Amino acid sequence: MYYRTHISVKNLNVSYGSQKVLNDISIDIPDKKITAIIGPSGCGKTTLLKSFNRLLELQEGVSIKGQVLVDGEDINDPNVEVTHLRKKMGLLFQRPQVLPMSIYENVAYGPRLHGIKDRKALDDAVSHYLKEATLWDEVKDRLHKPASRLSIGQQQRLCLARGLAVEPEVILGDEPTSALDPISAERIERKLLDLKNRYTIVLVTHILRQARRLADYIIFLYMGNLVEHGPVEDFFENPKDPKARAYISGQFIESSDA
Amino acid sequence: MDTRRLKDLIARKLMFMLCIGILSIVFLIAVGLYIRSLPILVRSGIRDILFSSLWRPTEGRFGLAAFVAGTVWVTTISMVIAIPLGIFTALYLSEYCHKRTRELVKPVIDVLAGISPVIYGFWGMVTIVPLVRDHIMPFCVGHFPFFPFLSDNYTGFCVLTAGIVLAVMVLPIIIAIAEEVLSGVPFSMREASLALGATKWQTVKGVVLKKARPGIFAAVILGLSRAFGETMAVLMVAGCAMHVIPRSLFDPAYPLPALIANTYGEMMSIPLYDAAVLLAALMLFLVTVLFNIVGWKILGRMEDEA
Amino acid sequence: MDRRNLEEGFFKIIMAGSAIITVMSLIFILSTVFIKGLPALSIDMIIKTPQGGYYIGREGGILNAILGSLAIGTGATALALAVSLPVVFYLHIYRRKKSKFSKMVRFFLDVLWGVPSIVYGAFGFTVMIFFGLKASLIAGIFTVALLIIPIMARSIDETLRMIPFEMNESCLALGSTRWELAAKVITRQAFPGILTAALISFGRGIGDAASVLFTAGFTDYIPYSLFKPVATLPLAIFFQLGTPFPEVRQRGYASALVLTLLILAVSVVARLMSKKFVRNIIK
Repeated sequence: MYYRTHISVKNLNVSYGSQKVLNDISIDIPDKKITAIIGPSGCGKTTLLKSFNRLLELQEGVSIKGQVLVDGEDINDPNVEVTHLRKKMGLLFQRPQVLPMSIYENVAYGPRLHGIKDRKALDDAVSHYLKEATLWDEVKDRLHKPASRLSIGQQQRLCLARGLAVEPEVILGDEPTSALDPISAERIERKLLDLKNRYTIVLVTHILRQARRLADYIIFLYMGNLVEHGPVEDFFENPKDPKARAYISGQFIESSDA
Repeated sequence: MDTRRLKDLIARKLMFMLCIGILSIVFLIAVGLYIRSLPILVRSGIRDILFSSLWRPTEGRFGLAAFVAGTVWVTTISMVIAIPLGIFTALYLSEYCHKRTRELVKPVIDVLAGISPVIYGFWGMVTIVPLVRDHIMPFCVGHFPFFPFLSDNYTGFCVLTAGIVLAVMVLPIIIAIAEEVLSGVPFSMREASLALGATKWQTVKGVVLKKARPGIFAAVILGLSRAFGETMAVLMVAGCAMHVIPRSLFDPAYPLPALIANTYGEMMSIPLYDAAVLLAALMLFLVTVLFNIVGWKILGRMEDEA
Repeated sequence: MDRRNLEEGFFKIIMAGSAIITVMSLIFILSTVFIKGLPALSIDMIIKTPQGGYYIGREGGILNAILGSLAIGTGATALALAVSLPVVFYLHIYRRKKSKFSKMVRFFLDVLWGVPSIVYGAFGFTVMIFFGLKASLIAGIFTVALLIIPIMARSIDETLRMIPFEMNESCLALGSTRWELAAKVITRQAFPGILTAALISFGRGIGDAASVLFTAGFTDYIPYSLFKPVATLPLAIFFQLGTPFPEVRQRGYASALVLTLLILAVSVVARLMSKKFVRNIIK
């Protein structure tokens, strides 16, 4: 199967202080597919994800070597405008982090930053993306209420709407369903499947079934090393590396907080 | 470069400059006061000023010894009172009392810390001064006619009064910092000790206090520094009149900060007077900065370890 | 009862006793202020300025000092906010948590917190001489601002520490610049904390006398110019208690009551505020 590459990681090395977190990772992330990064906790999944939009550099004592190319452009190049890069990538966290403002303002925040001032255009964008995130019906009567009053599941969908509203090309998800109830989680999953025709999606997950349900492509990390990667069927049906085989068959003990 | 990025850059630079401004204030104060006090240092030398108790501005004599001694006296008295009171209160709040009691007492300590120094002085004048004059001093002089109780100052404006008022003023600082340090001792340590069959007090004495000792020391240092520099309350109750070294709890004292505050009107009228007073301010500044560096370094190190 | 329990009981009594003494001292102070101040307080006291000189004139009130203190408190709080906010935001937004620079700035703020107000007064005085200024409202504002900047900055700093790092991350992930993060998101989230910090600093600012003694001076008149001396409540207490005239001392007592009430009110409002403005705040 042939994949067009969207994000290309070349010899990425990341360490926090003296502790090495990612060890010489080279991987291509396919365009308009769902890629799942899996592996036992502490293997560097989130670190890899956050290296795509340079959120990693906010971490304490981090040092990053190597290249990450998005659309063929090195994102760590000093000429790259980091806000433009981040605009290209919507990010969903484990726990939804809504901003301290109303529901409406949360979605309008991104478009406003990126230059949309017209009230009508903003209204349209807000309703469009809230519908896109399947939240509109629940909140259309209370758009100007504080976002903090929504349930966790609703907040996560609001974060999705907020992320989509900046019109990204990539959606990054750091275990976006792990803090949600099963019903909310399923809604998010369904939405992601729905979105993959238009967006490149990268998910970090520790739920193998979820990876299998959603992903087209799997990246398996172990202790900061890239052990195996490939299309989802190949990976699950016929894993080559013994570590990957062991992981799939549940021989690693997962800590629940990962 | 677009305007958003430009705004970000300008904001960053301006904010950074303000940070540098904060850092430089300490040096600006030191340099400013040093330059203004240079004339007296050039003429008399620091040793003459510090060890002479002859204060006759009109004759050009500016010995600060009596004021330094006054500061040491009132600070010592206040610490003798405030250290045990403060530490025991902090222990009670963090270890023994009910949560609800603690939530009631903590605002009290905040309010105590927020009350104006002049109000403390006012309170000292109308309550502590008569108390010392009419009760404590006659009692002490009657029963213990020896050092440090002998005095012929029967006004009640004295070392002891200032010490009492200052003690109440620095209590909230000592309590707040000590309480925070004590609460920072991990619960597991207490559990370990209690599990070995220790009583609560043995645990507090042997484990909690031992662990918190540097922090409590820091609390004391910071309280001491506040007492050292406190001005108005002391000025109002210490009986700042005579330029002599106090020899009794009931002698009037004239601490350094009070000297600075009291001479503001006249200090430009006599040559070198202002230099001498600002030298006193510089000394005060250096000593309190030193105390604060020690105190905050200790607290910072404890925070890093935690 | 064995020795261990005896010792335990003994120290328990000592500790509870210390706490009671601490609480009682506040009650003692406040009741003194009220007992002396209430009889002295009247409408005239609040709406009139002293007649015939604050030190010897037996008529009039303390309006000069009330307005002066409010002017200095407000000006100094505004000025201190203008310095503290950017400094603290810089540490949180542009610097990493454990950066050496941030640590140093925080440490200097702590040390400045411990500098006695009389030293700020003396320093303000030398700066005034340097610029050829006289004791004035503006000099008082600058000096008091210097005094309360450390209090305010550390207090805002504590507020910002409570904000989850994920909020910074999620805001930056939307393509905000750091300045936008600070101005549009963090300010909102921290608003109650900033307000509380401002009020606490205001209370500290109007209560301090040693810093305004040289720099703001004293006057019988209400404040009317930035470049003229102003009266302040703490100094009104200090000067007017020291006179031989009972009528003048009444003004001192009234000033003490008004100042204490103001400071208490401000701290109560600060507590309420921090509860009220939490509508949009993410917990």
